[in-house]
Amino acid sequence: MGCMAPERVSPSPNGAGPAVEVADLRKRYPKGKVDAVAGISFAVEPGEVFGLLGPNGAGKTTTVGILTTRVRPTSGTARVGGVDVMADPVAARRLLAVVPQRNNLDRSLSVKQNLLFHAAYHGVPRAERRERAEVLLGQFGLADRADEKPAMFSGGQSQRMMIARALMHAPEVLFLDEPSTGLDPAARLFVWDRVRELQAAGTTIVLTTHDMDEAAALADRVGIMDRGELLALDTPKALIQQLPGERTLDVSVNLNNGASTEAVSAALSRLAGVERVEDVPTPGGPPGAPPVVAGPGDAPATGPRHFRLYVAGEASSLVSPVVQALQSLGATLDGVNLGEPTLEDVFIHLTGRALR
Amino acid sequence: MSETMSETVSEVQTEAPSRHQITPLGAFFAVLGRDIFVTGRELPIFLAQVVLQPLFLLFVFGKILTQLGYAQHGYAQVLFPGLVALAAVLTGLQSTAFPLVIEFSYTNEIEDRLLAPLPIGMVAIEKEVMAALRALVSAGVMFPVGIVILGGIPWVASNAPWVVAFLILGALVGSALGLALGTFVPPNRINIMFALILTPLLFTGASQYPWPSLSHLRWFQVVTAVNPLTYVSEGLRGAMTPQVPHIAPWICLAVLVVATTGMSFLGIFGFFRRALT
Repeated sequence: MGCMAPERVSPSPNGAGPAVEVADLRKRYPKGKVDAVAGISFAVEPGEVFGLLGPNGAGKTTTVGILTTRVRPTSGTARVGGVDVMADPVAARRLLAVVPQRNNLDRSLSVKQNLLFHAAYHGVPRAERRERAEVLLGQFGLADRADEKPAMFSGGQSQRMMIARALMHAPEVLFLDEPSTGLDPAARLFVWDRVRELQAAGTTIVLTTHDMDEAAALADRVGIMDRGELLALDTPKALIQQLPGERTLDVSVNLNNGASTEAVSAALSRLAGVERVEDVPTPGGPPGAPPVVAGPGDAPATGPRHFRLYVAGEASSLVSPVVQALQSLGATLDGVNLGEPTLEDVFIHLTGRALR
Repeated sequence: MSETMSETVSEVQTEAPSRHQITPLGAFFAVLGRDIFVTGRELPIFLAQVVLQPLFLLFVFGKILTQLGYAQHGYAQVLFPGLVALAAVLTGLQSTAFPLVIEFSYTNEIEDRLLAPLPIGMVAIEKEVMAALRALVSAGVMFPVGIVILGGIPWVASNAPWVVAFLILGALVGSALGLALGTFVPPNRINIMFALILTPLLFTGASQYPWPSLSHLRWFQVVTAVNPLTYVSEGLRGAMTPQVPHIAPWICLAVLVVATTGMSFLGIFGFFRRALT
């Protein structure tokens, strides 16, 4: 699969400015009781992959709708490639392309004709659009079905077609609304690979997702949205690092028929930097599964036990104090595991709710 | 970070220095080209859809009933201009209303055109222009059909410009009406709406009778005066069968210009409502 880099065909009007810029953006739908987008601001640099992460109804799609000239904001400004999308929607539409959540392919046209007519709407010269269509059909694995109508295509194939179509006019900014929702794992990875290729070629991409893995895998920076508000905005790594006391250290302990689980738990809790300790029920239980808080009493005092330490600072610096604390109780350390918090944890920290 | 980004951008820019600068009018014709392409490919089906109804009306009322003696001999001459008008208005109406309802609600097909670099109002006008073209084709087909079925059609050569003018206005007023209906009627009500609108439109448009002859049926004459189709029928009748009493052409012309303009504004307004939230 070759690189599907669309040719960058012009500088954005403002040259070095942000590719996407949103300021105090607010949208309340006519019958809405609350703001769907409640005054958000952010900027996306040229060549960046920017992810808007949040649950359904967070305002992600409305934000993209405004940026792509289909939704009128109640107040605030939105710019794409330096163009104010409200003041000059036609100029903005020259610079952007959208891959929507729902299939909106032209059912009267074949796969190839969908691509060719899209390019024609955008004024791509005839010879160039034929050439681009051939290349994109090949890159998106659609060459052998180019003359079929898209009505019977699977979700993954339709998605590929819509991305290929969007790239026909070489947009400066590509908006992907929930790009892999409803796709099987293989189709999802295919989309991810194409996004990475586009990123390597310098296309600015704004994607919305409720999938934290997708946001972490693709986005240079992630804006976390909930109830119309932008709660946090940074690189996935920085967002996770900013979590207070949410590094974890999982330790496996052999109690050696000596110490009780409560005693070990208490001793570990007393260590400097440990915020709380949980007794994890199954060995190496699934990451992210809610650990059972250690209760008093009936746990057997023999064999290996697992504890999860929630740590304020660097988790690795606690390994040696843990060993010492266990030794003083007659227990030994069987293993340690440094837990990586995820964007999901960031979301839970910010909203008190899980993403899905 | 920003340094590498600006490098990327400048590098790509040198690869391809100029953006395709299509004017809104250029995009308009590209979108129109798509509709002409699709209609052209399905021309036989399209013609069957739009011509069958007027064809049967012409055959039964113009041919059968007159031959059986239930209608006067000259009735076909009165009927023919009315049915041409009917074909123009109804084809226009159906060519905007039905596709709009489907493209806005079920297939979302129209989105790709709403994201093309032309004002949204021009997308609406394109729909109207395309529907009017289809309407002109179906009205035009009525002429050879009439010659075959009736063995000849009423024709006054010097009035040909009037015929053309009323065909165009009929096509446009129907398309504008369809644009307004297609954007204001909720998708789940479209079937009811067509039953409630299409049938009355069909029979109150002076297609099957000259409007002045209704003077002894005053209430119905008033009802038919509200239907824009009446003025297309009467305008064409005035041009093709001037000997039959008809509404003065300039009145028809004025009413149709006003109705087309009004319906178009209403339709474009409705289109905006559907296209933008």
